[in-house]
Amino acid sequence: MVNKLVTDTAVMLEEKKKPGVAEQSEGMVYPEQAIGMPFVTNPKMSMRNVNVFYGDKQAIHQVSVDIGQNEVVAMIGPSGCGKSTFLRSINRMNDTIDICRVEGDLTLDGEDIYSPKMDPVALRARVGMVFQKPNPFPKSIYDNVSYGPRLHGLASRRAELDEIVERSLRRAGLWTEVKDRLDQPGTGLSGGQQQRLCIARAIAISPEVILMDEPCSALDPIATAKIEELIAELTENYTIAIVTHSMQQAARVSHRTAYFHLGHLVEVNDTEKVFTAPEHELTEAYITGRFG
Amino acid sequence: MDKLNLDQHISRQFNEDLEEIKTSMLEMGGLVEMQVGDAIRALEDADSNLAEKVIEVESRIDEMEMDIDETCTTLIARRQPAASDLRLVTAVSKTIRDLERIGDEAQKIAKMAIHLSEEGSAPRGYTEVRHIGNCVRKMLNDSLDAFSRFDAESAIATMKADRQVDMDYKSALREMITYMMEDPRSISRSMNILWALRSLERVGDHAKNICEHVVYLVQGRDIRHKNPDTRG
Repeated sequence: MVNKLVTDTAVMLEEKKKPGVAEQSEGMVYPEQAIGMPFVTNPKMSMRNVNVFYGDKQAIHQVSVDIGQNEVVAMIGPSGCGKSTFLRSINRMNDTIDICRVEGDLTLDGEDIYSPKMDPVALRARVGMVFQKPNPFPKSIYDNVSYGPRLHGLASRRAELDEIVERSLRRAGLWTEVKDRLDQPGTGLSGGQQQRLCIARAIAISPEVILMDEPCSALDPIATAKIEELIAELTENYTIAIVTHSMQQAARVSHRTAYFHLGHLVEVNDTEKVFTAPEHELTEAYITGRFG
Repeated sequence: MDKLNLDQHISRQFNEDLEEIKTSMLEMGGLVEMQVGDAIRALEDADSNLAEKVIEVESRIDEMEMDIDETCTTLIARRQPAASDLRLVTAVSKTIRDLERIGDEAQKIAKMAIHLSEEGSAPRGYTEVRHIGNCVRKMLNDSLDAFSRFDAESAIATMKADRQVDMDYKSALREMITYMMEDPRSISRSMNILWALRSLERVGDHAKNICEHVVYLVQGRDIRHKNPDTRG
């Protein structure tokens, strides 16, 4: 079956010159700016003309988009389209990669994220991140959640810390499952629980924005549903950008959906519009499974 | 985005599934068109045999509706279609409902044909039946044609014909009332013609609905309940 799909994709690529089939790369004219509605009136984060390079290779081309206050923006696109790279440049995770260079204006509440005055550690406290694979610290559940608040000096007394831990775990929908074993290692939890623990850890330091890079790709449908439910609840207080390979997930959880294609942001529109009547043919081709 | 490229999914099975619902729907459309034509002919010729046949075939249309509906549901469950694929599935699923209703109207006309062949033909009204019948048959044909070619422009053009049908229906109605007033003995028979005219007018409405589904399918715009002049 997989082989069959691969062959089909190869055939599709071969036949890309056939009229009506979206071209894959060369000769593809991308819109200068993403079509649809890339900008909002109340941006929490605002990115303009962002270019990201890995050495000589340009991974992101002139991306401009806003993420609105209390909004969930889903980023979709085929593998290697740059959506994770873009997400990681939003909280300067790419700083850790030597050959990576980010250009353009990226702001959080109007403050320049890449300004020399901006402390990346303080930035990441405001812009938290959840990764594809749950990565709890090899410590107790309690320490996993309390680590951030302790590091950032958010709690001075043990009672305050207890409160933050409980509140974060409740928010992440994990409290009832772990409240009797807070001293046990976080790595002993199931995959879905570990991911919710990581979300609890991310929200324990009260970030303003949460970035999620395929948070459910390693989870079963039930754990996925719990995370998605959590995302819906979190929007009351947080702004969320989520990268996902599951288009159904993007359709379920997000307000707006951004479609990336080979480093270009092609279309940003209300999620409802993207999944019923997308404007760009590349978006259409991707979400209907017309090329791989 | 007028091209739907139904045959270009990575999954060949998906291509086939989508093609199948479209083909079955058009097949059902063809049968419904035949039903409307036969019903009108049965009425004009007072041919009760043909009318009986229309009533018989009606159950096959109902079966087709249920079959296609089930295929659509299965396709949604298995493939989670999006964008134009999703619009195709919803358009097909709405269109078959309209087709089924048109089938019902054809059956009603056939029943009137049987009444008229038993009670003796009505004194007047056949010209109107023929005229409106031809109009709505053309509308139905054009709407299905627009669907098969994914042609939103011709769907919009076809919709406009419905206004004329409505006007013709109203004037036919006035005429029939005049006859009935002139000759009250013909009321019962004239009423049969009236019901048939009413059914034909409804066929026009359903054909118009199909055109609206075509526009939604092709352009992603919902033009129901909109001013006809701003639809194009």
